[in-house]
Amino acid sequence: MRELGAGAALAGALLLPLVVRSEHVVGTLTLIFFFAFVGQGWNILGGYAGQFSFGHALFFGIGAYTSALAFIKGGISPWLGMVAGAVLAALVGLLTGHLSFRYGLRGAYFALVMLAFAEIFRVAVTNWEWVGASFGLLVPLRGHAPALFQFADKRAYYYVILGMLLALTAGVARLERSRLGYEMAAVRENEAAAAALGINPYRVKLVAMALSAAVTALGGTFYVQYFSYVDPTIAFGPAHSVEILLRPILGGAGTLWGPLLGSALLGLLGEATRGLVRAHAGLHLMLYGLILMVAVVFLPRGVIGLLHRRP
Amino acid sequence: MTVEILATSLANGVMLGGLYALVALGLTLIFGVMRIINFAHGSLMMLAMYATFGLATRTGVDPYLALGVTVPGGFLVGWGLQRLAIAPVLGAPEHNQLLMTLGLALFLDNLALALFTADPRTLLTAYSASTVAIGPVRLNLPRLLAFAGALGITAALAAFLKLTVLGRALRAAAEERDGAALVGIPVRRMYALAFGLGSACVAAAGTLAVPFFYVSPEVGNTFVITAFVVVVLGGLGSFPGALLGGLAVGVVESLGGLFLHGSLAQIGIFLLFILVLLARPTGLLGAAHA
Repeated sequence: MRELGAGAALAGALLLPLVVRSEHVVGTLTLIFFFAFVGQGWNILGGYAGQFSFGHALFFGIGAYTSALAFIKGGISPWLGMVAGAVLAALVGLLTGHLSFRYGLRGAYFALVMLAFAEIFRVAVTNWEWVGASFGLLVPLRGHAPALFQFADKRAYYYVILGMLLALTAGVARLERSRLGYEMAAVRENEAAAAALGINPYRVKLVAMALSAAVTALGGTFYVQYFSYVDPTIAFGPAHSVEILLRPILGGAGTLWGPLLGSALLGLLGEATRGLVRAHAGLHLMLYGLILMVAVVFLPRGVIGLLHRRP
Repeated sequence: MTVEILATSLANGVMLGGLYALVALGLTLIFGVMRIINFAHGSLMMLAMYATFGLATRTGVDPYLALGVTVPGGFLVGWGLQRLAIAPVLGAPEHNQLLMTLGLALFLDNLALALFTADPRTLLTAYSASTVAIGPVRLNLPRLLAFAGALGITAALAAFLKLTVLGRALRAAAEERDGAALVGIPVRRMYALAFGLGSACVAAAGTLAVPFFYVSPEVGNTFVITAFVVVVLGGLGSFPGALLGGLAVGVVESLGGLFLHGSLAQIGIFLLFILVLLARPTGLLGAAHA
């Protein structure tokens, strides 16, 4: 029954852009999938391994800037830049992770140090002329060029991010059931107990960090190709770090479907309040703040916690 | 570079550091009592700055007189926020408490954005550009007043905590919650009191900053991220640490501004922050346990 439902949902997602002609609907879904993707990236570290990062924009920004710079400065295809960005983000993740976990930072201290790392990148990039400084980077348009991650038809981006999300979801589903996944859960629930059982929490957290960083960076490249533009505040700003963690938290951190569920809910909410929100700048983030507060009090395990509630 | 420029920059750093210390004081008080890092701290400062700006421009009164409104107002808002938003998550995991204050900050900052737009505003007073000469160093008068005000409020708060019965009860609740409850201290009310006092501090800092600092919906973020650095530097929950940390960060930023142009000066602060977090996460004067 579950397989049937999932199959129907997948078929629906694949066929939708062919049936629904509205660019707006396809665009909204593209963004829902995109935020579910980066949210899942955050979820690997923040949800499964229980290390709350308030600075994941750091990895998103590295992905976006690496592929955009490689293309603008060297003519290298963003498909390759995307891989390079993910590798670079994983390395930065290993470095920041090593520094944080080696010295036993956790909880609020870890959240704050990640915020500080992201801020360092934001300020540095803002002041660095070669990477566009505060003006940011504009990806030169080449029309229809699939080899360069550019499509004239916006529906192509829909399929790209859908494919990325499917692959990631399958990967995380496997991770959940793998040795590493169980080790991550053990570290999240009780680090001392995990260590007593022979798990090396430092190594587990570091691997989670690298995976999480790489995935988030892949999302960064997608973003910059889709919008053809990025600037230091969009890429590295604290507001973006919040955007990344909001959806998995709302949906249910540490669950496979939490990020997608949270992203779909916020996307629908955004649609429902669009007219109101357009009229006043800041209203949508105000709403996010309210949702976050309500979710923390009433849905401490996310919306998915409601579905799994025991009688 | 002359000695005068260096001395002036150093003095300016100390002045600004006093204000940072006042912001950090509120943060560290709230953390010390409730073990909560309040992300909405800067948002309260921002609201106080708008209140000051509004009062000064609408009624024409001196901005410093707004302290009579923003300090009690900050206290009441802080008390109310603790009761409404923070109390429900006091028993929740740490990350849920962080998310609560983060949600609060998002809400308040963007409320200000919706109400007042993103345009920064500056309040010009007759004395905005006045300076006071101390030896070879010329100090900007509003900055000097902010520094003096920050020191005064810090002293008053310290005296309150050390000398009054209420202050002692607050410290008892901070140190040993169950023990304090056992001897009849209303711990929950102490939490609201701490949040109120912390918010009153940051509201005062907001008013004191208005004569020399722009007002915008994100201005609180600028200060609160610096205040995070200050409290971690000084040790979360430590009063002298907040003061010392504030001055250190003010000086680092000011001297950084001499050698690095624009916002690059901030990098020095963040690097300092990360170094301190790694070398001594409990801060320079913090307790031994994290």
